[in-house]
Amino acid sequence: MPPLFPERASTMAYRVDNLYFFLLAITAFFALLIAGLIVFFAVRYRRRAPDAVGERIHGNLVLELAWTGIPLVIVMVIFVWSTSVYFAMAKAPDETLNIYVVGKQWMWKFQHLDGQREINELHVPVGRDVRLITTSEDVIHDFFVPAFRVKADVIPGRYVSIWFHPTKPGRYHLFCAEYCGTRHSGMTGEIVVMDPSEFQAWMSGGAPEGSLASTGAKLFADLACNTCHRPDAQGRGPVLDGLFGRSQALQSGETVTVDEAYVRESILNPAAKVVAGFQPIMPTFQGLVSEEQLLALVEYVKSLATQPQQPPTARPANGPAPGENTPVKK
Amino acid sequence: MLPDAVEHHHPALAHQFDSLEQQKEAATLGMWIFLVTEVLFFGGLFLTYTTYRHLYPDAFAAASHELIVWAGTINTAVLITSSLTMALAVHAAQTGNRRLLVLFLIVTMILGTVFLGIKAFEYYSEWEERHVPGLNYAFDPRYYRHAQIFFSLYFLMTGLHALHMIIGLGIMAVMLRWSIRGTITPEYFTPIEISGLYWHFVDIVWIFLFPLLYLIGRHAHV
Amino acid sequence: MATLLSPPRHYLNDGYGIKSWLLTRDHKRIALLYLASVTVFFFIGGAMAVLIRLELATPVGDLVSDETYNKLFTMHGVAMIFFFLIPAIPSVLGNFLIPIMIGAKDLAFPRLNLLSWYIYVVGGLFSLYAMIAGGVDTGWTFYTPFSTVSSTTQVVPTALGIFVVGFSGILTGLNFIVTIHRMRAPGMTWFRLPLFVWSSYATSLINVLGTPVVAITILLVAAERVLHFGFFDPSVGGDPVLFQHLFWFYSHPAVYIMILPAMGVISELVAAGCRKPVFGYTFVAFASLAIAVLGFLVWGHHMFVAGESVYSAMIFSVLSFLVAIPSAVKVFNWTATMYKGSVSWETPMLYAYGFIGLFTIGGLTGLFLAAIAVDVHVTDTYFIVAHFHYIMVGGTIMGYLGGLHYWWPKISGRLYHEGLAKIAAWIIFIGFNLTFFPQFVVGYLGMPRRYHAYPPEFQVLNVLSSAGASILGVGYLLPMAYLIWSLRYGRIAGSNPWGAVGLEWTTTSPPPTENFAQTPVVTWDAYEYPAPVETHVA
Repeated sequence: MPPLFPERASTMAYRVDNLYFFLLAITAFFALLIAGLIVFFAVRYRRRAPDAVGERIHGNLVLELAWTGIPLVIVMVIFVWSTSVYFAMAKAPDETLNIYVVGKQWMWKFQHLDGQREINELHVPVGRDVRLITTSEDVIHDFFVPAFRVKADVIPGRYVSIWFHPTKPGRYHLFCAEYCGTRHSGMTGEIVVMDPSEFQAWMSGGAPEGSLASTGAKLFADLACNTCHRPDAQGRGPVLDGLFGRSQALQSGETVTVDEAYVRESILNPAAKVVAGFQPIMPTFQGLVSEEQLLALVEYVKSLATQPQQPPTARPANGPAPGENTPVKK
Repeated sequence: MLPDAVEHHHPALAHQFDSLEQQKEAATLGMWIFLVTEVLFFGGLFLTYTTYRHLYPDAFAAASHELIVWAGTINTAVLITSSLTMALAVHAAQTGNRRLLVLFLIVTMILGTVFLGIKAFEYYSEWEERHVPGLNYAFDPRYYRHAQIFFSLYFLMTGLHALHMIIGLGIMAVMLRWSIRGTITPEYFTPIEISGLYWHFVDIVWIFLFPLLYLIGRHAHV
Repeated sequence: MATLLSPPRHYLNDGYGIKSWLLTRDHKRIALLYLASVTVFFFIGGAMAVLIRLELATPVGDLVSDETYNKLFTMHGVAMIFFFLIPAIPSVLGNFLIPIMIGAKDLAFPRLNLLSWYIYVVGGLFSLYAMIAGGVDTGWTFYTPFSTVSSTTQVVPTALGIFVVGFSGILTGLNFIVTIHRMRAPGMTWFRLPLFVWSSYATSLINVLGTPVVAITILLVAAERVLHFGFFDPSVGGDPVLFQHLFWFYSHPAVYIMILPAMGVISELVAAGCRKPVFGYTFVAFASLAIAVLGFLVWGHHMFVAGESVYSAMIFSVLSFLVAIPSAVKVFNWTATMYKGSVSWETPMLYAYGFIGLFTIGGLTGLFLAAIAVDVHVTDTYFIVAHFHYIMVGGTIMGYLGGLHYWWPKISGRLYHEGLAKIAAWIIFIGFNLTFFPQFVVGYLGMPRRYHAYPPEFQVLNVLSSAGASILGVGYLLPMAYLIWSLRYGRIAGSNPWGAVGLEWTTTSPPPTENFAQTPVVTWDAYEYPAPVETHVA
């Protein structure tokens, strides 16, 4: 007998399921009510003679108001409950373990900050807030982990961020949930949730080429970005040190927050949002850098921020989640 | 109970209607509804235009500058005048002046053809300037990709508009034939009226297209 | 053959030969032309469904290749949505009945009506060509940039087919609106109209306002594919999500085009099946309009995970909850109509009961989807597939079949075999639920849609679903058989075999070409039982 809902392996899963069960109850109640009434009336008032007619009843205002008003109240309750859960889903906590995800036909590429790369399998520690920054190399995909109740379209040309907090070590399905072509149903994978100590051990297996930010630093030099973006403000481009996360005034008069999306856009389409006081002379790198190289450059720029909030590293700031000591299931 | 086939047996009265009045009201309502659908049809394109102009204002301005403003301006004047002659044609039909009706229809058609001719000239120039996406497109590298979106919209929107003009000319040709033959009378000039509605609509679409496509940032220097 | 009961001259024998059909201006004959064409597409779409369910009976993709499977579900969607569900009830039942129900001789624009059918056929031919020339694999939703840049299949012919058939719907909607406004018989005021006319009117409003938007959207897709325009291609600066907004702005109201006419049919079936007025007539009439209006405001609920802002998502969520209310009002009113009715258990009524129950379930599962937090988990899974099939198959198709059975005597002059019809109705009901209920479960478990192969733990539920589909298939073949059989061997029907009230039952079965011998003058409300004119109970 198959289960009725997937494993609950994240903090959100419980909240979503509770709302789901409430909706199930309402559905069952009204469906049975209507079905029951239909069957009852069909039997009780069954036509007894070929020319029998029904009683000429036109309506009842009180009933109309009741069965308009009561459903209205019920749906508003559902709306409020659902929106509060949604707000929690939509806003990632402040301190997260960040991992980059690039979807492409027909595989998932994961990039940990310290340089670890994975294909179709993602290792994360239990008991931590994990944030995935996703983009697509080609068409729209969708990152779906049923056990976490998390899903978001992965869109070419922009970064989409999702977060989750795993609560149970184990292996969980990852599906692409936006039709993306021939091998859409093959674009699946696994999320491997590990105890923090095991995750540490796995991470220190390490990446030979170094952290994502250091890859980005190398690219920054290779592509000669450093000739214009100099830390001593002598270059023809804005200084990037301490920039990430700040507000920046633009030539057009608007302000923009320097986040992953802005950095990416400035590399691919520099003329779009030029910083105030600078000329639109930066050449575009569209077609000259891959999505993964872009991620590395973004991480490098992030690493230049000198604000008190350091971007989280691979070493977890908290200890293991309380009570969680189970080994990774195979 | 009204027995059928007793009312006016006007030759233009279709069998499903009881009176010319009913027929006229139905035809007019039908044309208005059709024009509403056209508003929504073009509306999707206008929405797309608005979205991208908001995203890429500089590229759009640069591309818009490449259009031949004097040609567009003349065309605007031509179309507005043709709407005037169309309205005069409707009035002539209403007052039973067949000569004037035919004259104004012909003038309207000439003006419509002039519009299309100027448009063809513009398209040819744009092809020579290599502004046609998908065929021979080239542009200032700073705005290359986003100007391509502008030109795509330009050709699609003006092309669709021109197609409606061509259909309008076809309708006018039929109206001309009916006017010459005497089918149009002061009791029955509904076809002229609703053709006029269609023509005015095509004109109004152009009134929106012209400033949106041709006049972006024209007051500022490049 | 003229008998005492069958009138000597009626619309079916008023002119013989293929020209008299292909050049007809009679709305009733045009309705039959549509009946033939939508049935063809129903069986094409159905054949694809059979193959899909056969494939999904096993977790491995072993029946067809993944490419073929992707084409199957795409073409199943395109055929069913654009060429069956959207046109069927309006163009078959609406065309046939609206003039008669309002006491008119024909629609306002008969030649436009015929043109609408030809446009449908041309659109259908484009799509058939696309199917034969290799098929299309973008999903009926054509999401960019896959459809514009990546897919290597017959996208443009399919897009053109949809573009063209859209105009068939627009012109039909236009025709209905003008007809209902201007051609009602003397005394037929708005609030004496049968509720089927109200529903058809609301549907026509959506048709006329929404379809042009999808027409231009699909044209943009075709233009982008052929001319590389770049509206939706991020590598050129285009926005793929803009496509989704444009697409769903029509395609959400489209689902109301699919359900509103069926609701109209149900109102008629319930009134006739209980021989009393529909409870809360005015509320039901206005609920149709409310659904049409609200239906235009909720398209963003298809994009909760597509990158919408949190605040627009909230607005779409609350509006999506609101649009459920008028539908609930209708369900309650239909159920209340049965109270103290003279309730029939004949086939059309069975379809009506089935509709009310299944639409209730389908509609309530819509609440799950309006709740963003749950939608995030279930969108793009089989939960969604189950939801819309409950409404479109458990709802619309049951309404269509119920209406077809109810008005069959009027359309054909013959009675079908009631025993067989009842059996078919039960088979359809059981087969339907077995097919689609397990899909709710497997969807919540996480099985994504449009998957050719799936993890083995989902197999049991898929097998149940495929078993149900085979039963459902049999159920759909039966009416084809006995309805066609009845054309030649069925008992002759009188003008009012159901003892129902409505202008269509005051004229002969089949009706004369001009519908009525004399234009009726209406002095009674829509469902005044007992009938004010003498009826024959066959």
